[in-house]
Amino acid sequence: MMLNRKNTGTTGRLASLIAITAAAALALTACNGGTGSTGGNSPAAGGDLKITFIPKQLNNPYTDVVLGGGKKGAQEAGFASSQIVGPLEASASSQVSFVNAETQAGTNVIVIAANDPDAVCTALGEARAAGAKIVAFDSDANPDCRDVFISQVVAKEVALIQTKLISEQIGGSGEIAILSATANATNQNEWIKFMEEELASNPAYKDIKLVAKVYGDDNDTKSFQEAQGLMQAHPNLKGIISPTTVGIAATGRYLSTSAYKGKVALTGLGLPNEMRPFVKDGTVKEFALWDPAQLGYVAAFAGKALQDGKITGAEGDTFTAGELGERKVEKGGLVIVGPPTVFNAENVDKYNF
Amino acid sequence: MSETTSPTSTAPTPVADSTKPLASEPKGRTGAARILTSRDAITVYALLAFLLYAAIAIPRFASPVTTGFLLLDVIPVLLIAMPMTLIIITGEIDLSVASTAGLTSALMGVLWASGMDIWLVLTTSLLAGVAAGMFNGLLIAVLGLPSLAVTIGTLALFRGLALVIIGDNAVANFPKPLTAFFTSKLGATGIPTVMIGVVLVMVFFGVLLHFTPFGRGLFAMGYSKEAASFVGIKVARSKFWLYVGSGAVSALAGIYWTLRYTSARSDNASGLELAVIAAVLLGGVSIFGGKGSIPGVIAGVLLIGTLNYALRLARVSDVVLITVTGLLLIFSVVAPSIGSAVKEWQHTRRVRRSFSQKAS
Repeated sequence: MMLNRKNTGTTGRLASLIAITAAAALALTACNGGTGSTGGNSPAAGGDLKITFIPKQLNNPYTDVVLGGGKKGAQEAGFASSQIVGPLEASASSQVSFVNAETQAGTNVIVIAANDPDAVCTALGEARAAGAKIVAFDSDANPDCRDVFISQVVAKEVALIQTKLISEQIGGSGEIAILSATANATNQNEWIKFMEEELASNPAYKDIKLVAKVYGDDNDTKSFQEAQGLMQAHPNLKGIISPTTVGIAATGRYLSTSAYKGKVALTGLGLPNEMRPFVKDGTVKEFALWDPAQLGYVAAFAGKALQDGKITGAEGDTFTAGELGERKVEKGGLVIVGPPTVFNAENVDKYNF
Repeated sequence: MSETTSPTSTAPTPVADSTKPLASEPKGRTGAARILTSRDAITVYALLAFLLYAAIAIPRFASPVTTGFLLLDVIPVLLIAMPMTLIIITGEIDLSVASTAGLTSALMGVLWASGMDIWLVLTTSLLAGVAAGMFNGLLIAVLGLPSLAVTIGTLALFRGLALVIIGDNAVANFPKPLTAFFTSKLGATGIPTVMIGVVLVMVFFGVLLHFTPFGRGLFAMGYSKEAASFVGIKVARSKFWLYVGSGAVSALAGIYWTLRYTSARSDNASGLELAVIAAVLLGGVSIFGGKGSIPGVIAGVLLIGTLNYALRLARVSDVVLITVTGLLLIFSVVAPSIGSAVKEWQHTRRVRRSFSQKAS
């Protein structure tokens, strides 16, 4: 009887112990099935190269297209395995622990789109010390901590095409605003800087006034609300530039359901599949983008060339990026993928990404 | 295990017998047994069990490299969890901790960019954290406002101030030796050098909670604020200093965050408050106050941290990861309730049986 009493005393605790460990163990075994362990600590030999892509965040439609190209490139370039890991939120420090885990997993090539050029620097340095090659793509890391940077297009070109489009759509004069991703996004900020310079220096744009810059953090809801706020704060607004696929889609959705539809111009960088309805219903005239899949594709081949020692990231190095042909490393380890495409009602149906 | 004075082994003991003196009643577990089966100990066992599992099942997990990366990841949570434990034990809460860390980070960036001496920058940032804590403390302890409402407000307020201070800039050019120090390890052990300071903070709060009258007062406040003030515990004053401590430690976490990631930004450490509270609850602290311990919380923080790191090493998606963390929390909250329900049922059964035997 006493024994019985003692047992009941621990029942609750025992149950929680069992539950906690069971939950942890269960979860792990359940998840471990799909990953396939990669054994061995030694640096990989020729046919055993591993590549990992770390995007700004997972579950972002644009990123998915880029990574699709990356997977394809990794396969064609001859990597034994390719992985995609990344944070759910595009914050500066969220990528660091992924870089750390990859360093420990002995990955040979890390391809990263940096949320913050400096926050990932130390971690990338440790990865390089362990023998990994670092390819930045889409959004650059600090040049000191990567080998090459794969850029869609020349940053200035991306900026200029957006200012050109907005100017055409608002008739060359009036108030415009920019709805960007996160406040620290390397690539967006660079484009915005070029846009501001262009608006200030080009006499053709002297009547265009940039009245606001807002940030939707590449979060659909927040971008939608920011677009709404823009229209309330600046009733005379004639156009919005959104240099991010999440932002332009959310803004398009807001405008298409509001009184501003067709009255306020919207342009920027968008995915044809997401923007198709807004082009068809007259919310958006024209927007631009490059083929995101090519970005990942070239990054994978650049990683392979680095790992094979064919290139070092020095100016003038060349490597073959599969079916896209030869690419050259420019000053500062920059590799350009190709010029942007302008999408409108005529051609939007030809693309599927 | 426990010393019980069983009168007879066959006849069931009556539930309460008023004819016998209280001293001869069977007591609960004491000493080592009590510690070894406590709620906190269970978190420790779970941590050890998981470490063992990860070391066996996940390739490359068992290495000093893991120690380093893992600890570097959990330090901010570990730091903030200390004052948070004390605050939750008193039955209050502080949701503004992550925003305080972000505010500190933003301030550091701006001061450093303006050319101030680095030590002065660090001191000023720490004082800013203390001031933020004082502001919370004033509203909660002095004006007697509910802590949940106040700290939800200051969560937004401090994050807003951080944005005002630094805007959308990031400052990254902190002195190299300092940033290198923040990611350096103690020799080959893989333990980050910064851990020395973190351990000091943990020891400080551990001693404060478990070995001082102040700490005992916090437990009393967690049970009943009125009763605590009747027995002479200075409720308002204790609360005020807790929030000041929380602000100071959050500032330390902000400084660590900035220098470890070498980037001062307004959105640093965002969302950290929930990670901290989750870890504290997993460590066996009752959200209603009055229950909990520092060792349990440390185990809770390390358990979540290890789980995260191990799953990342096994390349499990983050989507799965947050689901697992959530399940773990729910389990840890629900399991004891199931246990006590079973206990209750057995108890009533025993009572019934003893009554029916008496009747016969």
